[in-house]
Amino acid sequence: MPLNLKPNFAEPGKRYFRAYTPGDDFYEALIETHRDLSDEQSALVNAKLVLLLSNHIGDLSVLREAMQIARQDV
Amino acid sequence: MLSTYQYPKYDYVQPPEQKSGERKRHPVVVVGAGPVGLAAAIDLAQSGVPVVVLDDDDTVSVGSRGVCYAKRALEILDRIGAGDACVAKGVSWNVGRTFFREEEVYNFNLLPQPDHKRPGMVNLQQYYLEEFEVRRAQQLPKLDLRFRNKVVSVTSTAEGATLQVETPDGAYTIEADWLVVADGARSGIRKMMNLEIEGKVFTDRFLIADVVMKAEFPAERWFWFDPPFHPGHSVLLHRQADNVWRIDFQLGWQADPEEEKKPEKVIPRIKAMLGDEREFELEWVSVYTFQCRRMNDFRHGRLLFVGDVAHQVSPFGARGANSGIQDADNLGWKLKLVLDGLAPERLLDSYSEERIFAADENLLNSTRSTDFITPKSKASLTFRNAVLTLARDHAFARTLVNSGRLSVPCFLTKSRLNTPDTDAFAGDMIPGAPMDDAPLQEDGQDCWLLDRVGNRFMALVYVESAAAVDAAMTQAASTLAAAPIPVEVVLLAPTAGPPPAGLRVLEDVAGRFAERYDARPGTVYLLRPDQHVAGRWRAFDTARIEAALARATCNAQ
Ligand SMILES: Cc1cc2nc3c(=O)[nH]c(=O)nc-3n(C[C@H](O)[C@H](O)[C@H](O)COP(=O)(O)OP(=O)(O)OC[C@H]3O[C@@H](n4cnc5c(N)ncnc54)[C@H](O)[C@@H]3O)c2cc1C
Repeated sequence: MPLNLKPNFAEPGKRYFRAYTPGDDFYEALIETHRDLSDEQSALVNAKLVLLLSNHIGDLSVLREAMQIARQDV
Repeated sequence: MLSTYQYPKYDYVQPPEQKSGERKRHPVVVVGAGPVGLAAAIDLAQSGVPVVVLDDDDTVSVGSRGVCYAKRALEILDRIGAGDACVAKGVSWNVGRTFFREEEVYNFNLLPQPDHKRPGMVNLQQYYLEEFEVRRAQQLPKLDLRFRNKVVSVTSTAEGATLQVETPDGAYTIEADWLVVADGARSGIRKMMNLEIEGKVFTDRFLIADVVMKAEFPAERWFWFDPPFHPGHSVLLHRQADNVWRIDFQLGWQADPEEEKKPEKVIPRIKAMLGDEREFELEWVSVYTFQCRRMNDFRHGRLLFVGDVAHQVSPFGARGANSGIQDADNLGWKLKLVLDGLAPERLLDSYSEERIFAADENLLNSTRSTDFITPKSKASLTFRNAVLTLARDHAFARTLVNSGRLSVPCFLTKSRLNTPDTDAFAGDMIPGAPMDDAPLQEDGQDCWLLDRVGNRFMALVYVESAAAVDAAMTQAASTLAAAPIPVEVVLLAPTAGPPPAGLRVLEDVAGRFAERYDARPGTVYLLRPDQHVAGRWRAFDTARIEAALARATCNAQ
């Protein structure tokens, strides 16, 4: 399966009336994860997040595609 | 002084009880003639409740303040007789564009589907909105609007409230069975009553400039993150009536508000944005900060809090006046039923519950927008800019771009006034939903669904054809219409045909009702006076309608 670049956030059992709500729920949780951390601590948290999620995805072809997009224009 | 707008000056008339020295008790007194207090007073007065409105000033909002009035607020303004004036004067729009540095990264359409009477949004200076509401208020014989009447003290009791009021002729006392408090964010009454309002203050400042200019930019909302003409901060542009444009510059917390308001500071900022050649004139400038907070309860005995006094949000999302007008919409019919002795006072607790549920949604959305627009940490800024960078090419990132989630009504899914579904339905028109509009015809004339419902309980019955309605249903309709709290039964059919005696038929000419409400022959919707769904079924059953009505009015055992 290629990397999914379409909106894909949702929480099972939750009903949404506005298309932006699941993405906003995710984004808030993400920023909250970094609350009160120093820049260095935040960088470490982000690294751990990438590792955890990468393992969950597992498929290296998908991960390579994501890595390549992430590196563009940096 | 504004060059495009002349502030009306409303006459002060000495209040009758001050003249006579007699103390008078009124069923309802509203404090504050802002957009929300006026909406509440108009709604009550047009439903037959005598209302006195007290306002300390004798004109409308100074400075344009609110700009964007959303579809739902316009529908409520339609119901209270002020919608057409706002839409005619205002600038209707649906599309918003978001830019990051020099490029457009995302755009949205508030109303992607046609066949709604009102647009997603109308931009209009707040003084016009208030002027149109005052005009409507002054047409209503039951509405006694008193300018230059400043409330200086309030004593509340189990049966009502006693107010001390100051006018140019001195002080007088007025009594009310119910007090609707709409005296705004800086409420004196909230303070006098020692009621708390809790939440968070944002440490950021914004400059707003209303400028008069001729420009061909389309009627759209434009929002910039980190533009070259105002690096590191955000900028928002809106078109209002009379060629007045609202520009909103984020300044940061360090900015000195007095310094920033000076024309010699403001004009170069605008020139940097518009380019040097464009001619414009400064109309109004102010620097603001904001808070996101609400009261713990919108009802305290006989005091009912509506609008900014009860809740304040950040302006990103235009949820201030829009949600306040929805407070008024929710309160009016409930207060009338209680005053008429047709519902217990408990019904007014549901006002507080439902509007707190909505306020929390508004606070959540406006806080999230603020956090995206003004990131509080380096990590948060990095994520924000990563989203904006990815948004140009990837759809998933576009949905994360948050330059303000604009005011939409709340689905009151948790309300105890709802009768939960027992039959299967698709779509969003669940119990507690604010109704979707649809184009219809009645007696061969085009009309809109939302102009045909509201101000009373109604049961919409979808039928194959009006001719198919039997005598039992006609009988049931007259029983429901004759009840102490009447329910008007109205038929909806794909094609009208001759209506049975005494029943109205709305024709679903475009099929939008069937589509938006997942209606099939037999489907029944029970609707509240504020155009929300109370319950729905797949077959008409008088007993179920009566039970749902009792529940929606707190009359159920
Ligand atoms: C920069 C800015 C942009 C905004 N943009 C938007 C927007 O786009 N869309 C939107 O929906 N909202 C917007 N808002 C919010 C909007 O202006 C408020 O939500 C709205 O004015 C609240 O209405 P209100 O009737 O509750 O209170 P107010 O408008 O504050 O009215 C309160 C009234 O009570 C009167 N009063 C106060 N004390 C007394 C007293 N003791 N006795 C008698 N009378 C009294 C006052 O004179 C006033 O007339 C914006 C606000 C700002 C500052």
